[in-house]
Amino acid sequence: MDKNFAARRRRDLIIAAVLAGLAALAPLFVKDVYVQNILILTLMYAALSQSWNILSGYCGQISLGHALYFGIGAYTTELLFTKFGVLPWFGMVGGGVIAALIAMGLGYPFFRLRGHYFVIATIVIAEIGLLLFQNWEWAGAAMGITIPIRGDSWLKFQFLRTKLPYFYFALALCCLAWFVTWWLEDSKWGFWWRAVKDNPEAAESLGVVVFNSKMGAAAVSAFLVAIGGAFYAQFLAYIDPESVMGFQFSLLMALPAVLGGIGTLWGPVLGAAILIPMTELTRSYIGGSGRGVDLIVYGALIVAISLALPRGLVSLFSRAKPKGATR
Amino acid sequence: MGLLYGLIAVGLALIFGLMDVTNFAHGEFLMIAMYLSFFLFAFFAIDPLLSAPLVAAALFIFGAVVYLLLVRFAMRAKANAGMVQIFTTFGLAIVMRGLAQYFFTPDYRSIPQSWLGGKTISIGGIFLPEPQLVGALVSIAAFAALYFFIHRTDFGRALEATREDPGAVALVGIDKNRVFAFGWGLGAALVGLAGAIMAVFFYIYPDVGASFALIAYVTVALGGFGSVFGAFAGGIIVGLVEAVTALVLPPSLKSVGIYAVYLLVVFIRPRGLFGSI
Repeated sequence: MDKNFAARRRRDLIIAAVLAGLAALAPLFVKDVYVQNILILTLMYAALSQSWNILSGYCGQISLGHALYFGIGAYTTELLFTKFGVLPWFGMVGGGVIAALIAMGLGYPFFRLRGHYFVIATIVIAEIGLLLFQNWEWAGAAMGITIPIRGDSWLKFQFLRTKLPYFYFALALCCLAWFVTWWLEDSKWGFWWRAVKDNPEAAESLGVVVFNSKMGAAAVSAFLVAIGGAFYAQFLAYIDPESVMGFQFSLLMALPAVLGGIGTLWGPVLGAAILIPMTELTRSYIGGSGRGVDLIVYGALIVAISLALPRGLVSLFSRAKPKGATR
Repeated sequence: MGLLYGLIAVGLALIFGLMDVTNFAHGEFLMIAMYLSFFLFAFFAIDPLLSAPLVAAALFIFGAVVYLLLVRFAMRAKANAGMVQIFTTFGLAIVMRGLAQYFFTPDYRSIPQSWLGGKTISIGGIFLPEPQLVGALVSIAAFAALYFFIHRTDFGRALEATREDPGAVALVGIDKNRVFAFGWGLGAALVGLAGAIMAVFFYIYPDVGASFALIAYVTVALGGFGSVFGAFAGGIIVGLVEAVTALVLPPSLKSVGIYAVYLLVVFIRPRGLFGSI
């Protein structure tokens, strides 16, 4: 088992490196801006879902309130940038740190809750955040913030003429989230999380500090999601509370991981790679009528996949991978 | 207003609270019920109050069918049962919203003239809008009926037993699917009733359910899963908190009070006020 595990981890790393390399070459062939846009969103959702998966998949604490951290990342970056002229790079890291601190602060009371009570608490806290931002005049209230154009530069992380830098950043973020997950999977934390997920009482009795491991997962997860939020804000150059903190977003973050395979290393990437292009294509090809056909198709697919493959799409590959892969 | 939340929540209390099945499409059930009573009014000029039993009956069938066609299979999932339920019902909700947009268009509709709409009644000098008052009375009746149903009839006992241990129930000859399909039907019928009454004084549009669904979840959880009385108490508390918050904070923040109270309650009592699961 140990040997298999090590071999599988090495293979995963190689596959990831090859995929990342191929992805990095993609812009050479894809010149169409619309397709580039889809690729960027796919990579971003893969990264977000991977981060969500750390807390909800590995550690088993289902959060449907991650939009809060996403929004905090976006708002920290943009408020610092527009009000104080702080470069987005600092805002990004600052937003991540604030999100992680909030996640830990919330963790104190939240992690006492179980099951539905926990899930509803996460939804509710994100909803409170949304309402507060909608009513916070200084932060633009419901109108949001339009990010001023200061010209193309990596320094200000703003590009008008080309989308490529965004693409590479999203790819890097996706790789980072994947690598962090990969690395944590084999660490003390990774084993603790899985133990906490399977049976918290038993884990506690074997000396796992359940509370601390939940806190760790929450902090890492929130930090990465907030960075994604900062990226999204720069990418769109416009944010408002509903579009970065809405409940819809929390679900969209969870969806790729759930469809791909919750609590697995490859699930979020696989889920995002299929789901996001599908969403965008249905939206632009059949959504134009404004009559909700895209919603019908999209919803039906979600129902179909969740019913047909409760373990997610990775279960299709499970023969190729030893069972440890899906744990 | 609180009792109205209670009325929406009572159906959810049955499905989500007593059967322990997540239903993220509850708000969409409400939406369908509101459209039904709108069309019954628009085409046949049946007042929503009269058509309410029809709507409830239609929703009963709809709920039972949803259970038999979808939820039954979602519950059978061996892995991640919770997530499968969440996303199956969430997918269903999206489909229902899409269908509503397709057939009914995203326009806002309302029932202009009805027996109750816009009228007020004075009780001891306090003016109350009639629709809300009827809603409150129906809500109390629905809760009382459900309470009686769960605690005093064989079906209620069968329902609770099925949640506790489906295997053992099968041994004594209870068909789990029949019990749960009936439970889903009943839950949907109750939300149908809520929809029929609310159609009188709320705008009807495809996304209307979403704004009420979260409050309904909070109401059920606040009262505690597995308790009918809890959901009733939850509804009253939510209504009161909302009214008080609206006095102190701007109206756009009125839900914040409800959410804060939920958090406060579960921090002190992690299983809600009267919860048993």
